Amino acid sequence: MVWMLIPLVMTFWFSLQRYQLLSPQTRGFNGGVNFSYLMTDPALWAALFNTILLLSSVLIITVGLGLLMAVLFSQDFWGRSVARILVISPFFVMPTVTALIWKNMLMHPVNGLFGFLGGLVGLPAIDWFGDWPMASIIIIVSWQWVPFALLVFLTALQSVDRQQKEAAYLDGAGALVVFYHVVLPHLKRAIGIVVLIEMIFFLTIFAEIYVTTNGGPGLATTNLAFLIYIKALLEFDIGVASAGGIIAIVLANIVAFFLMRTVARTMDE
Amino acid sequence: MLHPSKQFRRIIAGFAWMIAVLMFFPILWMFATGFKSEIDAVATPPELFFTPTVENYIEVYARANYVKAALNSLVISLGSTALALLLAIPASFAFAFFPTKNTRNTLLWMLSTKMLPSVGVLVPVYLIFRDIGLLDSHLGLIIVNTMMNLPILIWLLFSFFKEVPHELLEAGRIDGAGFKEELRFVLLPLALPGIASSALLSIILCWNEAFWSLNLTTYNAAPLTAFIASFSAPEGLFWAKLSAASTLAIAPILIMGWMSQRQLVQGLTFGAVK
Repeated sequence: MVWMLIPLVMTFWFSLQRYQLLSPQTRGFNGGVNFSYLMTDPALWAALFNTILLLSSVLIITVGLGLLMAVLFSQDFWGRSVARILVISPFFVMPTVTALIWKNMLMHPVNGLFGFLGGLVGLPAIDWFGDWPMASIIIIVSWQWVPFALLVFLTALQSVDRQQKEAAYLDGAGALVVFYHVVLPHLKRAIGIVVLIEMIFFLTIFAEIYVTTNGGPGLATTNLAFLIYIKALLEFDIGVASAGGIIAIVLANIVAFFLMRTVARTMDE
Repeated sequence: MLHPSKQFRRIIAGFAWMIAVLMFFPILWMFATGFKSEIDAVATPPELFFTPTVENYIEVYARANYVKAALNSLVISLGSTALALLLAIPASFAFAFFPTKNTRNTLLWMLSTKMLPSVGVLVPVYLIFRDIGLLDSHLGLIIVNTMMNLPILIWLLFSFFKEVPHELLEAGRIDGAGFKEELRFVLLPLALPGIASSALLSIILCWNEAFWSLNLTTYNAAPLTAFIASFSAPEGLFWAKLSAASTLAIAPILIMGWMSQRQLVQGLTFGAVK
């Protein structure tokens, strides 16, 4: 497990150095210059803002929709298992394919299906990635991750205490009351876990942005992961990119702390 | 409403099916586009009724670079899964059957490495790989994928091994089974389903892995995720072929995903949701 530590230490080490691949001879220790450079770079703040906007939007959408759909799909109805398979499928599509489907076939302003459907009811075609870049990414990522939330919630719903539910119904509680007072408390842990795990994944959304908007227009969809990629592999500034990496790690660790506590609690049970 | 009326149930079914079809629609649309001619694929209004053709699939297969990318995906996924299992089985076995007072902490610490954002270590991994010549190589991606998935696999296998009843092992021992026999005749058959589903999960995760694939490969070892991303330039004229290629790329994983829903939940939530 030491192998995970080596790159980590190296990131930290590089983040304190002046290290540009284009001018390797000027390599040397420069203290916190990379960090202060990043801190004064408006791109970092834009990226942090985008990261948090993307993360919180998708989180709200996936948990909300996931919950509603989990309740719906836990009912008994005709063809449930097939419907479930259809609904969770987006989660298994590789991110680059997802991004291309949405970019070329659905959201394309000229040939996309959305534009056509909008046109039927008289709406002008929208250049999704030009005018609403962040909203587009949010929609795409949500489509991919709602099934994950749904799957976890469905699994958790199966273990709701039936007797407790029946007792509540017998006492004359309505469906909403039962959901709020019996089912929701039972799902609390599942919701917590979904939120934390999704946060860790959403901190570093990359492929969807890479394929659709390439971080643009301007910096409109550049998140922290994409900024680090730009700094490291397009601008070859290892020092600054590493400093960005450290910021990402610190953010993730805050989330991880809470996630680990939940997992540890489950283990002890 | 414990026993909803028939009509209410029908409404639920209709609603659920509507959502299911809506969610699946983008995939279905891509699938359909794969069978259109290139002209039909970009037609406005979109062609709902068209003469299906398999021409795109034939062409996709004829193209060497698609087959190469598919093979790369296969080699990387299988290689990494084999390597990860090789490491994870003994490790989780030891954690489950020979626990020490540090086992719990070691397990949790391993999990915490999984929570490290990949992008945080992109730079050093890229530089190490460049210096030892692993950039754009199968081995490089196999190693990275193994590192990424190992904690999940150990965690999953650990929970499978934990469920093996100890009485069974003791019964074997009373019947005179040595350690080797115990492994072969008691544990392995019991753990085999668990190992199989862990392998499935690992293949799915490797197959769909995009971040490292995009950053560490260019051509030689580029798997399907990277190959498909190379079409992101607006080449409007190749949509049908791209759809055919994408359909082929996601079909096996879609099926595997359907088969391993439960393990997926357990693996990705580290056993906290069962």
